[in-house]
Amino acid sequence: MAAVNQPLGDLAADLTGPAATRRPSGLRASQRRRLNTFRYVAFTVFGLFFLLPLLAMVRFSLEGTTPGSWSVAAWTQIVSYPGPPPLLSSIEITLELAVITSAVMLLLVLPTMIWVQLRVQWFSRILEFICLLPLTIPAIVLVVGLAPIYNQIERYNVSALMLFWAYVILALPYAYRALAAGLAAVDARTLSEAARSLGARWPVVIFRVIVPNMVQAILNALLLTVALVLGEFTVAYLLSYVNLQTNLFEISRSSENAGVLFSASAATLAFAFILLMILSYAGRRLRRGRP
Amino acid sequence: MSSTIPVQSDATRTAVEVRMQGLSRTYGAVVALDNLDLTVQPGELIALLGPSGCGKTTTLRLLAGLEDADAGTISVGGRDITRLSANKRDMGMVFQAYSLFPHMTVRQNVAFGLRLRGIASATRDKRSLEMLELVELGSQADRYPHQISGGQQQRVALARALAIEPQVLLLDEPLSALDAKVRAQLRDQIRRIQLEVGITTLFVTHDQEEALAIADRVGVMRNGRLEQLAPPADVYSRPATSFVAEFVGLSNRLEGTVSGTTVTVRGRDLPLVDTTTAPGPVIALIRPEAVTLASDAAAESGPLTGTVIALTFLGATSRVTVDLGDTTIMAQLATSDAAELSAGSRVTLTIRPDPVLVSAESAPLSEE
Repeated sequence: MAAVNQPLGDLAADLTGPAATRRPSGLRASQRRRLNTFRYVAFTVFGLFFLLPLLAMVRFSLEGTTPGSWSVAAWTQIVSYPGPPPLLSSIEITLELAVITSAVMLLLVLPTMIWVQLRVQWFSRILEFICLLPLTIPAIVLVVGLAPIYNQIERYNVSALMLFWAYVILALPYAYRALAAGLAAVDARTLSEAARSLGARWPVVIFRVIVPNMVQAILNALLLTVALVLGEFTVAYLLSYVNLQTNLFEISRSSENAGVLFSASAATLAFAFILLMILSYAGRRLRRGRP
Repeated sequence: MSSTIPVQSDATRTAVEVRMQGLSRTYGAVVALDNLDLTVQPGELIALLGPSGCGKTTTLRLLAGLEDADAGTISVGGRDITRLSANKRDMGMVFQAYSLFPHMTVRQNVAFGLRLRGIASATRDKRSLEMLELVELGSQADRYPHQISGGQQQRVALARALAIEPQVLLLDEPLSALDAKVRAQLRDQIRRIQLEVGITTLFVTHDQEEALAIADRVGVMRNGRLEQLAPPADVYSRPATSFVAEFVGLSNRLEGTVSGTTVTVRGRDLPLVDTTTAPGPVIALIRPEAVTLASDAAAESGPLTGTVIALTFLGATSRVTVDLGDTTIMAQLATSDAAELSAGSRVTLTIRPDPVLVSAESAPLSEE
């Protein structure tokens, strides 16, 4: 999960929004200066705490074969690393898993949450309990429960993409919280009744009236889901599937390929960071000109 | 998107009658609507008035199809729509809360219902702009809801409701979130448009002034039942029950005695609204504007003489509270007349012989 620490930190700021950066009112100038100084110091210390290991990782990946020399060989080997399995294919699988997990999670959770809010509100507490339940289950326990199912699935010789079922469960609490916050900010009942009185059927109400007003919440849920999938190791490893994290682990056990391990880790981190930045930017673009 | 309800052309459009019969609705042990019968004539505007929890909004929501009735039937233009879902009822509705879709511009909001009906883009745009012009907001078409004021948002909501040319217009306290001046302007605008379009309309409000000003008939509700349904002037001057008399405008409650077709209040005989009232002691409900005052420093003590204890400036009129010794009475006078009075002035009262409603209850006299 270390690979996703930086994007998650960025995400936290995105989720808390302007309130987190709002100037505290009622403080004298001297108090405000002291508070600002503390903020800068804390930000710098924690920034270095996270950044230094990452910089060390990048530096190590650029070391040559002899002490003091530099080389990009470890980076070029990301594409050509023979495996088994090839590193590039595990990156592909992880990205595909991120897309599938996000899509399934959204299709499953979003309409359900809106429907419960609009039509069966008495069920909302039960739904919340179900969605938050995976938080309380350790990954190893989850794997013990899932193993017999995946043993059956393996008979059909399916790929690691089948991990998405487990990942949807793992991402459920984070996605639920992000979507619940977005739904609470919308007067879903009034909007749905207005749309219904204008002739809209329920799918139109959900997908053309409510969902467009939850864009930021949906992007937040996506960010969290993608971050989780990009960093997930335990379930994939224990169920004997190969994704990027398990592949990196296998590479790390081979000392001569240590450079590739770190270049691949750094590349994954950079990729995740860029991906999350794009999603965050897309969210801001979509929100421009709207409330 | 397939069309569920066609938009009628102006030529084919006619106002329809709305008939609700035996409507009942309960929420657990609470009876929100109790066997309600109400008929709205074609093109008529009825205002449902009453305190919170009286069932007026429930009536509107049942009519809109947003809730199901436990019993009773609803028909519009002779067609039974009791079991029809809300999106097929062909009713335009304006809500108390701002209900514009935040992600759409004003124009897109107004065009939403037309789009659902599969109306061509050009026609949709033209119709949306026409509706926005009708509510005098044509210049705001490309703004988002958060960029316009609350009053403008409610006008857009009205345009959106009318754009689909519904059979019935439902207004659920659309003015309650607005300030007094905007409320009065928009109230007049709603009435003008309703008359212009000629649409059958049900307007729910808890504001008696609003109801009396806008409606062809006012229905006063209490505990899920209609206490009175009558033109505004009748509801005010000939209230059917003591509840209506007290809810619609202020009333003085004075002890009196019924004999024959009159009630004697503080030595003055006044005609009864209900001439079948049984003889005996009653509480007479007298409007403040039926009471006039004359300053009389030398007035001797009597049943209709007293001392001014408070003056409330209301603009064109003022309310004067007079202590009669054993009770107080309020009078509503032109501010120019009230200017001659001050707290402590001795006054003589005259009660205009308007028909008076009596309350059967023999409760102690209230502050009203």
